[in-house]
Amino acid sequence: MITLQHYLVLSAIVFSLGVAGVLLRRNALVILMSVELMLNAANLALLGFARQLGDTTGQSLALFVMTVAAAEAAVGLALVLALFRGRGTVNVDEVRSLRG
Amino acid sequence: MGEAILFWFFGGLTCVLALLVIVMRNPVHSAMALIGNLFCIAALFAMLDAHFLAAIQVLVYAGAILVLFLFVIMLLNLKDHELGNARQTATKIAGAILLCWVAFKLIFRVMPSTTAGFPAVGDDYGTVETVGRFLFGPHLLPFEVASILLLAAILGSVAIAKKKLW
Repeated sequence: MITLQHYLVLSAIVFSLGVAGVLLRRNALVILMSVELMLNAANLALLGFARQLGDTTGQSLALFVMTVAAAEAAVGLALVLALFRGRGTVNVDEVRSLRG
Repeated sequence: MGEAILFWFFGGLTCVLALLVIVMRNPVHSAMALIGNLFCIAALFAMLDAHFLAAIQVLVYAGAILVLFLFVIMLLNLKDHELGNARQTATKIAGAILLCWVAFKLIFRVMPSTTAGFPAVGDDYGTVETVGRFLFGPHLLPFEVASILLLAAILGSVAIAKKKLW
């Protein structure tokens, strides 16, 4: 039988894959995609809890998470475009002017 | 039984595609894996009786956000040498260890959660009407704030990405 535990473990796996992507990849585009993975894992956990409690609040929260994800993706991709135009690279290791 | 088969199928596919997203060297391949991953997660949403959210997931993520990603990848048109050097084996092993550590920590935390089955919910759970009544009732203020956030994101991304504003 599939229970809340299954969904939470799956959500944890997808979230940690997202964390690993953010920490290990140096391509700004893939980093943004990994952030999307993490937000999706959070949504999965939210909807699992909502289903367990029979409460719709979790679903509207998940909708807000999607809104934030869309805004984040738009601004993040605009930053990547501006970065590539100014520096000719999307490798975040090569963008370190602000480092002391 | 059918639910279990569907869960393991879509759950396994979700994990494999998420892994592909972070190991693929070419961002286009990562984006394709991400589309598949988002579709599988939409299927899991539908299995959690969140029908409206499943539809929105396909529309917003696969329909809008991923198209945006692919557009930017196409605009950048990265050459092979701009994708960066391949990873060293030591880095890959360190990454795998880090991934396992984070995953085990998280799984260890969620393991004590309930193993009882999901309770029965009414037919109207997760439909557009129910979620809509929540959004325009108790969550009206966050809903309107979300619209302002989207407007700010539109203006912000245009301002950032445009070569010359005026």
